[in-house]
Amino acid sequence: MAVEINKEKYRSQVREVVLGATSADGGTRTSTIKVGGEASLPFLQFEGAIPNRPVVAMEVWDIVPEDWPANLKSALGDVISDPAAWAKKCVEEYGADMIALRFKGADPDLGDKSAEDCIAVLKSVLSAVGVPLIVYGCGKADKDNTIMGPLAESAEGENLLLGVAEQDNYKSVASAAMAYKHSIIAQSPIDINIAKQLNILISEMSTPLLDRIVIDPTIAALGYGIEYSYSIMERARFGALSGDRMLAMPMIGNVGNEVWVKKEASVSVSEQPGWGDEAERSMAWEAATAAALLQAGMDILVMRHPRAVELVKKSIDDLMQDNSY
Amino acid sequence: MIMIGERINGMFRDIANAIREKDPGPVQEWARKQEAMGAGYLDLNVGPAVADRVSAMRWLVEVTQEVSKLPLCLDSTDYDAIEAGLEVCKNPAMINSVPAVQEKMDRVFALAAKYDAEVIGLAMSEEGIPKDAESRVALAMELVANCDAHGISIDKLYIDPLALPANVGQAHGPEVFETLRQIKLLSDPPPKTTVGLSNISQGTKNRELLNRNFAVMAMACGLDSAICDACDEELVAAIATGRILLNLDIYCDSYVDVFKSQNQ
Repeated sequence: MAVEINKEKYRSQVREVVLGATSADGGTRTSTIKVGGEASLPFLQFEGAIPNRPVVAMEVWDIVPEDWPANLKSALGDVISDPAAWAKKCVEEYGADMIALRFKGADPDLGDKSAEDCIAVLKSVLSAVGVPLIVYGCGKADKDNTIMGPLAESAEGENLLLGVAEQDNYKSVASAAMAYKHSIIAQSPIDINIAKQLNILISEMSTPLLDRIVIDPTIAALGYGIEYSYSIMERARFGALSGDRMLAMPMIGNVGNEVWVKKEASVSVSEQPGWGDEAERSMAWEAATAAALLQAGMDILVMRHPRAVELVKKSIDDLMQDNSY
Repeated sequence: MIMIGERINGMFRDIANAIREKDPGPVQEWARKQEAMGAGYLDLNVGPAVADRVSAMRWLVEVTQEVSKLPLCLDSTDYDAIEAGLEVCKNPAMINSVPAVQEKMDRVFALAAKYDAEVIGLAMSEEGIPKDAESRVALAMELVANCDAHGISIDKLYIDPLALPANVGQAHGPEVFETLRQIKLLSDPPPKTTVGLSNISQGTKNRELLNRNFAVMAMACGLDSAICDACDEELVAAIATGRILLNLDIYCDSYVDVFKSQNQ
């Protein structure tokens, strides 16, 4: 008698979210990306389908990222002074699936750029690359509320992934996504209850937006509490698979943003001889953080270092090898 | 806990009239209302006064399916009427119900296997409802064995330990709770459980209070579902809260609304 292997049966699955729009759908992207749709825990194809591979978005700033560690800036080269060239290099040379454009220059303390300035940069990046775009503000809510609407309007129909909606500041981004046909990042502070509540609040503004939400559970870098992020993501995914509609969204993580501000990413080998060469170490820190989050169900990894991206994409290739039986 | 909405029942005058006059209006209105309150199944009962139960059940199934995708719970002691309903169900349904009486189990479990239906099994025999938990569990075991003999997965069997009105059968309360706990030890996977919730308050003056207290106490003993008034706001809120406290749903501030909208 054949041995019957016990497989977990799940009631439900993660929603699929399409990012970007080609000319057929009112945009100008040359390709779109589909994320989510998982019907099992990460990469357990033998228990349920993993129809879409996780993707890597590479981060591009509208201004030169002066604070980034020297070894990261030199890995990227001169392009960091030109967002369009930077984005093009990420896609064509480093194989980025998406570009995450961050308008850091709109920060009142870093140049206070106007909505018009930001729109010009967005347009230049949209014409430089054909992949779908993620658009982040500067991170200061008051200023972001003045630029996200105009940015969304200027790219109407492109189905950008707009960041970020938070529990006490979600209406302007959600309205912009509704009005100009974009998707939305719902960000919660490592808190499953707020993640769920925020999705409810957004869906109360517009039910169809439920299929255009990507959850940002807020992740931490390796060594800085990644296990908290991991357990929140795991709980959300279990919820999604057992039928919780309000947690059944794909997830996005700002890996580069967390990793590259930590001392492991910049302290030199002469200061810490036991830590090894800083260029190799910092790159590996980003790759290792991303690899761990893949195992927790991350769908979109926002990253910075080309070599780390290469390693993670290789890892995704391996994990996506069909293991169903 | 899953709510099986009880309102489409010929015991209610509006449904009895609707069946008699072939007016789908009231049936479909109650289907929508119960679904909007978070019901997971809709119970359909043609009631006692109908002459042709077979055609009435078929009609109820057809008009309910026009407005709701929820699985249906076909509620009758007339198994010909149940089979007529099963024939026209678009999705797998639930049969309500069968007692632990051999010839009835033979018929009902065969129907369940044929139509891929779930079954509510009553912990009672020809001799009626037992007084204690032990005898109820023994009858539950007979239902489990018969279900298994027909090749039906045990988690498609819902055992109803049978709750009696609090004003006449008060001593049955603790026995019902104990039965609910023990049923989960009968097999792996264990059978599921259900009760006719409104029975507990039949003929009393505190119906809603009794119903919702019984519901949450029974949930703590492992109750999986109940045939109940899904339009009782406070009952629904109490059940949604019970699910949070049992860690069955993930908390958020709007958890009651989430519970209500879960099947939409």
